[in-house]
Amino acid sequence: MVAPYLVHFLVITAFPIIFSMVLTLHRWNLLSPMQWIGATNFSTVFSDPLFWKSLWNTFRFLGIHIPLQVGSALILAVILNQKIQARGFFRAAFFLPVVVSGVVVTILWKQLYSTDTGLLNSLLMSVGLERVEWLTSPAIAMPAIAIMATWKNVGLYVILLLSGLQTIPKQVYEAATLDGAGKISQFFNITIPMLNPILLSVIILSTINGFSLFIEPYVMTGGGPLNSTLSMNLYIYNQGFAFYKMGYAATLGFVLAGIVFAVVLLERRYIESDTT
Amino acid sequence: MIRAILKGLFYLVLAGAAATFLYPFIWMVLGTLKPEVEIAGLKLWPSTFTLESYRAVFSKIPVGRAFFNSMLVSTLVTASVLLLSSITGYALSRLTFKGRDIIFGLLLFTMMLPFQITLIPMYVLMVKFHWIDTYQALIVPAMVSAFAILIFRQSFKTIPGDLIDSARLDGCGELEILFRIIWPLSKPALITVGILTFVNTWNDVLWPIIVIRDQSMMTMPQMVALYAVGGQAEAQVGNILAAATLLAVPIIIAYLIFQKYFIESMATSGLKG
Repeated sequence: MVAPYLVHFLVITAFPIIFSMVLTLHRWNLLSPMQWIGATNFSTVFSDPLFWKSLWNTFRFLGIHIPLQVGSALILAVILNQKIQARGFFRAAFFLPVVVSGVVVTILWKQLYSTDTGLLNSLLMSVGLERVEWLTSPAIAMPAIAIMATWKNVGLYVILLLSGLQTIPKQVYEAATLDGAGKISQFFNITIPMLNPILLSVIILSTINGFSLFIEPYVMTGGGPLNSTLSMNLYIYNQGFAFYKMGYAATLGFVLAGIVFAVVLLERRYIESDTT
Repeated sequence: MIRAILKGLFYLVLAGAAATFLYPFIWMVLGTLKPEVEIAGLKLWPSTFTLESYRAVFSKIPVGRAFFNSMLVSTLVTASVLLLSSITGYALSRLTFKGRDIIFGLLLFTMMLPFQITLIPMYVLMVKFHWIDTYQALIVPAMVSAFAILIFRQSFKTIPGDLIDSARLDGCGELEILFRIIWPLSKPALITVGILTFVNTWNDVLWPIIVIRDQSMMTMPQMVALYAVGGQAEAQVGNILAAATLLAVPIIIAYLIFQKYFIESMATSGLKG
């Protein structure tokens, strides 16, 4: 009865992993025979300016996206955890962008961000501010994508944090109130520490999802302007499927997977030891 | 007094957030019904309603075909995941056999594996199978899901063993037990896996972009994305928004009906994933 899974595992998981390792040691464009080049792909990665650029872009994205997402999700979850009317409506509204395709969200926000006719600039100008070149300025394009990605995903994290908040027993707060602890001190001394396991999964999940940034720059900017929104996944995609450098793209895949793994490990270590 | 102000502030934040999430969608849908010249600008309501944008989309790209492809692929993948993953989930939770723990370990390994590692070799595999531009490329790699197996395993463990033992005594085969006794008792797990698989398959775009080049085989997200990026929409914002709306609407309708299940399912996948 486990045969379907085993066959699937061997063909769709095990074989590709091994084949991918083989690919990293070769130069191959799919058509001509594979050419053994040893570890050249790996040394190329480290001297490839576009690799470093895409790595920097991805970290820039994460550096804005994760704090923004965790912060706003925490605020909304804490408010929703009060005695609030129509909680179901708010939950449902926050969650709507989560279920909708990233393609839809990206197309929609490309219009909102449009410099001349976009809704955001119209709003800015109606209150007397200057237009912002959301997607055409190299300095702003990636932050703009990070804001959009937060808008799309934050609802999921609100729900996760809300379910975490609801597991904190009321008695703990009551005891703290009796001891004279104010609301703000309760938030930092009770809520945050007791939420730590969920907060950690929320941060790790945001990180893993953030590293898979692809369709947003693909549709919105094509990686530009001046490669300022070229994410690592988009770069792998370009190397593999625009230039057909299979060996190099596979190598980039391994390097990225290693980086994701290292970052998650660091987060796990740092955030858990931070509070316990 | 302070309490009342705080409460007011809370509702203000919530209402502001709700507007931030809902308004762009409303603007998008109404935008598809406006004449092109009215889309830019702050006015929300169209002066006259027109279906011109939709007509243009249908005449420029085979969006009906893409819709059919997406429905077909999402339905088949979901059916297959429910069937095959629940069979393996049953074996792992209810049968004892050699190597069971190894298989469980493989499952956890598969779930943690970043897709960037298998993306390139999977594409090569599809080329070697001559599956580029076929339904097989879109369906077969997604037919079994490690995550679904784990959900089923967890859920099937809670079913009382007596039920299964007495069914065995009555001469039921293992598959009969699974579909006649366990499935009816595991509706929440089936719904969770069903919704997640369908929505993820419907929305997936990276894999289709890689293995499908022929326009008649494209799924909705891919076709709409390429339509928005490429020149076919001729910079007509209304057309692009109409294509995006066609892509979004089936999931939004399903979400409005099964909202509670959507939120629960996706929260489950978030915590376990």
